[in-house]
Amino acid sequence: MLPLPPGVPTAVPVTYYLILSAILFVIGGAGFLYRKNIITVFMSIELMLNAVNLSFVAFAYKFNKADGHIYSFFVMVVAAAEAAVGLAIILTVFKNRQTLEIDDIDSMKL
Amino acid sequence: MDAILFFLFATITVICAINMVLQRHPISSALSLIGVMGSLAVLYLLLGGEFIAMAQLIVYSGAIMVLFLFVIMLLNSGAEPKRSRHKILLFLGAPLLVILLGVIGYFIQGQIPAQEMVKFGSWESGPGKPAFGSPQNVGMSLFTSYLLPFEITSVLILIAILGAIVLARKEID
Repeated sequence: MLPLPPGVPTAVPVTYYLILSAILFVIGGAGFLYRKNIITVFMSIELMLNAVNLSFVAFAYKFNKADGHIYSFFVMVVAAAEAAVGLAIILTVFKNRQTLEIDDIDSMKL
Repeated sequence: MDAILFFLFATITVICAINMVLQRHPISSALSLIGVMGSLAVLYLLLGGEFIAMAQLIVYSGAIMVLFLFVIMLLNSGAEPKRSRHKILLFLGAPLLVILLGVIGYFIQGQIPAQEMVKFGSWESGPGKPAFGSPQNVGMSLFTSYLLPFEITSVLILIAILGAIVLARKEID
């Protein structure tokens, strides 16, 4: 390992990972609320899921157990299923309305 | 060294996430999101999640993002038009999100002692006793204590496959 100059921290607390997770979650929430493209909104949801996964992994480290990893594994599986169905819905919406702007998709029936 | 890696990849993650939200073109957003997911995989490795880091790279930045890029290119989605009628919401919403972040940070600082350092490699426990995040250990938990959720997950994926086919198929008259 490289020798570090004094004053440079060699490790960070678990809380830093949790705060990074909170920052990512808030950025994802901002994207979800502000973006107008339905695909970008969907990607913001994926970002929020990733942020929560980071929390799970950080807590798994804190408690020294694999359970957090398994929860985040399940989150990944659900995200994959959700992406498949959600993108199919987006394809269908685009086929029927020729737009991806969520402001234009404001009625249940055509 | 751990701290340098953490700050480097945390910065990359946050910059890519902000870039994802700010970009007007969905392709740029998707590429930034791949950056976020790749750096998160490195952070998982720093936290000892060997299996979950690989799963992140393969499932998220591999499979899911390819699906996203595929749909964006299939729909030929262009850049979002600029609209100014929601300016007031931006000024109302941004402080609320910052307040949410502050509240979460306050509770994290209050609940968890900050002295607990993340030490890379502290989970090494010798031969015959695998680290808690290794594929061996995760697989052992997954197929013993979490067997029922695992099996239910397979049903969920089956339903998702059927749903995607039903939604995206061509109508045959």
